Amino acid sequence: MAVNDYIRERFFPHLWCAGCGHGIVLNGLIRAVEKLGMSRNEIVMVSGIGCSSRISGYMDFHTLHTIHGRALAFATGVKLSKPELNVIVPMGDGDALSIGGNHFIHAARRNIAITAIVMNNRIYGMTGGQYSPLTGPGMLATTAPYSNIDQSFDIVEMAKAAGATFVARTTTYHVHQMADIIRSAILHEGFSVVEVMSQCPTYFGRKNKQGGAVEMMKRMKEITTPIGSKKKVENPDLIERGIFVELDKPEYCSEYNQIIERAMGGY
Amino acid sequence: MAKAKLKEHRINREWCKGCGICVAFCPKEVLELDEQDKAVAVRIEDCIACRMCELRCPDLAIEVVVEKQESAT
Ligand SMILES: Cc1ncc(C[n+]2csc(CCOP(=O)(O)OP(=O)(O)O)c2C)c(N)n1
Ligand code: SF4
Ligand code: SF4
Ligand code: SF4
Ligand SMILES: [Mg+2]
Repeated sequence: MAVNDYIRERFFPHLWCAGCGHGIVLNGLIRAVEKLGMSRNEIVMVSGIGCSSRISGYMDFHTLHTIHGRALAFATGVKLSKPELNVIVPMGDGDALSIGGNHFIHAARRNIAITAIVMNNRIYGMTGGQYSPLTGPGMLATTAPYSNIDQSFDIVEMAKAAGATFVARTTTYHVHQMADIIRSAILHEGFSVVEVMSQCPTYFGRKNKQGGAVEMMKRMKEITTPIGSKKKVENPDLIERGIFVELDKPEYCSEYNQIIERAMGGY
Repeated sequence: MAKAKLKEHRINREWCKGCGICVAFCPKEVLELDEQDKAVAVRIEDCIACRMCELRCPDLAIEVVVEKQESAT
């Protein structure tokens, strides 16, 4: 299928700003699904609210655009009722980890087969550049004009600790890796978390004088390194990217089916 | 073995927002922004059809069309 067969062309050009990393995630996601050879009918995309969450409007899958922070709760319902479908939940960093933080850790703990993609631009893009739990200390935001004092979450460490059985990180610069990781995450039988470091040139970039989209992407190349690389030993501040966790553990819908069988007396 | 050879760059001027990502990261400096801030291929002969411009475009505005070509015999 051609790229344009996966999208709702009537909504293009999309509403994201010039150079917004979320568009590159959309691009990578299409390549991942293309490689999987999955039919659009086998995929349900559930999102909340945010610039990132708009992605569900642009993709021509079964889509559900729900409420801020609650996408994983809706997705859990969809997956439990139709476990044969692949459920993908793209989320913003605020969506996933401030208002939606509890849904995030509990979906991970249950190990329900959902693919959560956190489009991490370290800011509330949609509402005008307020700091998020991923902004990090010393950074500027419209609500932290004298610099932010909040420590940030590490999405990978948090997903691992909460029990996600597939955990990975990539960036909008590393597009081949992004498509490969999203593909593996969709195939994984359990809760998968993919952090994609994304750029918001309009708020995060401008506020923090990081330049435009191009400079922000160059920076992602500079500040990251593959997992276990020598560079990380030499420079511990580098952020690792790649697949951190890929585990086989009981999946929630399969376990639930066994309970149904037991309750029906079928053991 | 078949090797990809460039046929054309299909650039959707309606969708391109002139972010310059494709221009900045093309390994062969094939692309530029024109006076309307739209991407254009100006050194087509240098293109190695790696498709990085297509894969990194946030607006799905650029497609690298290749011809299938038999490798030199
Ligand atoms: C219940 C609720 N609270 C707050 C909002 C306002 N709101 C909309 S999007 C958003 C945050 C967006 O940031 P993020 O999730 O990181 O997505 P981004 O826009 O950066 O992609 C907020 C606070 C809302 N829509 N609903
Ligand atoms: S405000 Fe930021 S996140 Fe939202 S579309 Fe613009 S660049 Fe993207
Ligand atoms: S990356 Fe896409 S939107 Fe940006 S300048 Fe190139 S073609 Fe235009
Ligand atoms: S295909 Fe590769 S070499 Fe050709 S224009 Fe695009 S990025 Fe440049
Ligand atoms: Mg955000």
